[in-house]
Amino acid sequence: MDQVQDIAAGRLSAAELAANFADAHPPLTPSEAPVEASRCYFCHDAPCIEACPTGIDIPGFIRAIATGNPRGAALTILEANILGGSCARVCPTEVLCQGACVRMAQEGRAVNIGALQRHATDWLMAHEPRPFARAPATGRRVAVVGAGPAGLACAHLLARHGHEVVVFDARAKPGGLNEYGIAAYKLADDFAQAEIAYILSVGGIRIVPGQALGGDLSLASLRAEYAAVFLGLGLQGSRDLGIAAPPLAGVQDAVAFIAALRQAPDKAQVPVGRRVVVIGGGNTAIDAATQARRLGAEDVTIVYRRGPAQMSATSKEQDWAQTNGVRIRHWASPLRLLGEAGAVTGVSFARTRPDAAGLAIPAGPGFTLEADMVLKAVGQCFIADPLGAAEAPALVPGRIAVDAEGRTSLPGVFAGGDCTAGADLTVRAVADGKRAAEAICRMLGP
Amino acid sequence: MADLTTNFAGIRSPNPFWLASAPPTDKAYNVERAFRAGWGGVVWKTLGEDPPVVNVSSRYGAISYNGARMAGFNNIELITDRPLSVNLDEIRRVKRDWPDRAVVVSLMVPCEEASWQRILPLVEATGCDGVELNFGCPHGMSERNMGSAVGQVPDYVEMVTRWCKRHSRLPVIVKLTPNITDILAPAAAARAGGADAVSLINTIQSITGVDLDLMAPEPVVGGQGTHGGYCGPAVKPIALRMVADIARDGATRGLPISGIGGIASWRDAAEFIALGAGTVQVCTAAMHYGFRIVTDMIDGLSNWMDAKGHRTLEEVRGRAIANYVHWNDLDLNYKSLARIDQDLCIRCGLCHIACEDTSHQAIAALRVDGARRYEVIDADCVGCNLCAHVCPVEHCITMQPQPTGRGKLTWTQHPNNPLRQEAAE
Repeated sequence: MDQVQDIAAGRLSAAELAANFADAHPPLTPSEAPVEASRCYFCHDAPCIEACPTGIDIPGFIRAIATGNPRGAALTILEANILGGSCARVCPTEVLCQGACVRMAQEGRAVNIGALQRHATDWLMAHEPRPFARAPATGRRVAVVGAGPAGLACAHLLARHGHEVVVFDARAKPGGLNEYGIAAYKLADDFAQAEIAYILSVGGIRIVPGQALGGDLSLASLRAEYAAVFLGLGLQGSRDLGIAAPPLAGVQDAVAFIAALRQAPDKAQVPVGRRVVVIGGGNTAIDAATQARRLGAEDVTIVYRRGPAQMSATSKEQDWAQTNGVRIRHWASPLRLLGEAGAVTGVSFARTRPDAAGLAIPAGPGFTLEADMVLKAVGQCFIADPLGAAEAPALVPGRIAVDAEGRTSLPGVFAGGDCTAGADLTVRAVADGKRAAEAICRMLGP
Repeated sequence: MADLTTNFAGIRSPNPFWLASAPPTDKAYNVERAFRAGWGGVVWKTLGEDPPVVNVSSRYGAISYNGARMAGFNNIELITDRPLSVNLDEIRRVKRDWPDRAVVVSLMVPCEEASWQRILPLVEATGCDGVELNFGCPHGMSERNMGSAVGQVPDYVEMVTRWCKRHSRLPVIVKLTPNITDILAPAAAARAGGADAVSLINTIQSITGVDLDLMAPEPVVGGQGTHGGYCGPAVKPIALRMVADIARDGATRGLPISGIGGIASWRDAAEFIALGAGTVQVCTAAMHYGFRIVTDMIDGLSNWMDAKGHRTLEEVRGRAIANYVHWNDLDLNYKSLARIDQDLCIRCGLCHIACEDTSHQAIAALRVDGARRYEVIDADCVGCNLCAHVCPVEHCITMQPQPTGRGKLTWTQHPNNPLRQEAAE
């Protein structure tokens, strides 16, 4: 019998892999930047600012680029969003600032705000190793749990105000999704770690890796030990396909696939199936499928139970996947994982159609896709258990309940980012962390 | 196809597009390339007396505006730095080989009759079509009492023009400097001296910028700079006004004008011609893009004339002069209001902020169900049209004439004018 499953590493040459995982969208050249900047109309009451969760003065920083003031541009960005460098790379700008750009209404082509933001922040990182100073130490200590975008943004602002911040993270490296959850070519050249080092240059922030809430840490002890606690826990759980599935080799959570790929120093060591099926419709599905192709998978199909408009991946992301040779099949949901000798061999799907409310309901006969690897990307969820049973903050369905400034139901405990309700975006997490830090500072006083 | 041929002060060319006296016309090599590209004529780069001048490195400064290169341009080059005989030989050969094209020779020699008397027969012997007196160069030569040093003194303009008419049978075009308070004075002086035509504008004294590292004006020559002559698209409005003044004024009306200053397209040329120019001269646009730009200049002008039913350039020339009036003759009763096409509006808010901060607070910034909406407040709109200029969308904001029911009223008749002329009894 033939080998049932074709999963292998090193499908492409080192040169091909290097090209496939290099910066997907290289920076603007020094001559491109002012030309692109000059496309900005410097709107009054600019819609782009309103569309940015962190409220960056976008026309202001673009004008500074146009006039040859990159330092002013970068500080305008970083004052509003300390992770402006990674947001410039990973934000779905087409549904945020660039989606609101008035040039979309005029000509369907927004000012490339993301690239300009990267241009400015790259300049500052290259020219000024420590852009922010710390206020005199207050002697107050704040604990931040989770070194992702929300926690880092919160920690940075607290540190600027002179507070001492200890950031705990369950993983070996800080960064959260920026380090483990984003496609490698979006944050190339170890940018996540470079940015974290830049953020930490303010001083007063200590990162403690390998410490998870519910394990070495308890919320109760943090509250006892620190003047305030910020929870930027992210989402730890992956949703299941909702079908009976025996454990089969080759079936994996897409987030784990993406994380392993990001952490692999040599992409030639990362195994990938010859035929890969990715189930889901979000950015995780896109990142997993596209990277599978770029590792050398021959045939990659995303299957989503609803239509293109319902995918949480933006149309630009969908286009990107398709440009990379990923096939997207809509209106189909998985029925069964097919296996042979303990290894997956395919997935059978039922066709679906929209009901009156647009939700997917079964329709007609299905189809089967052969697969050597199946990646599950049907969503992630918040796991509340580590918060503890006693004195845990109140939840709204599935996430930690907070007010507009990040206060949880527990005095002195704040939360933000993906562990609270809202769009699961880096930039939203940064905004949450920033707002919570401001509230913590007010609570702690001068 | 419209007839683009010109007869300018007796100088014929197949189209009105001449290359101005400048680096593009310094040598036979360039001029022949220009003629092959289709240019109707050239004014050969200014000849002087031997020994030739010496030029510096670098020679040009430029203004980039929002990514547009050479929106303004400046040079500190002097007249030709080649021996006189070399130029004369080449002019003779080029004119012989291109008899249908206009070959005019620019001249600049010291302000002594003997110098002009010496050079004019040599130039005439080349077979060229005319001479242009360079009374405009604002740098280097002016410090040697030539160029704009002559052009700024109407008496000198008249005197040298008269010498040239005395010592040559060629048509004499006097090139005027804009670095003067009243352009009509040297134009009238040129006419009084017997000039067959004037050409304008020459370049404007300028510093294009300062190198803030070297702390030196640009272009920088060995750590230092000097003022130069400004030209290119940025100077077109200045040139149009001066051309129009000469075309309109009683003392200079009818004097043939070769229009110069920022002409880069057929439309620019049409505007100069509408204000009285018989030919136009181009330099910066050619230096920016090469001689091939003339193809569209010829084609575009011809297509526009066909569309408008103008058969010859003479039908276009000076057509806008009657509508170029003094401010005192404008109708103070005319009223227009800004109108925003809400379907075209992209909600950039530039009209609002411009009016709010710098004009009449006549555009309201509204939110209707959360959406931005900008609306003109008619009662406060003075019809200044700033909003229409700042609006980045073509035809989104238009100025619409309003019926007032009142006849024309000029300042000369206005009750607020203490010196008003009473209506005749």
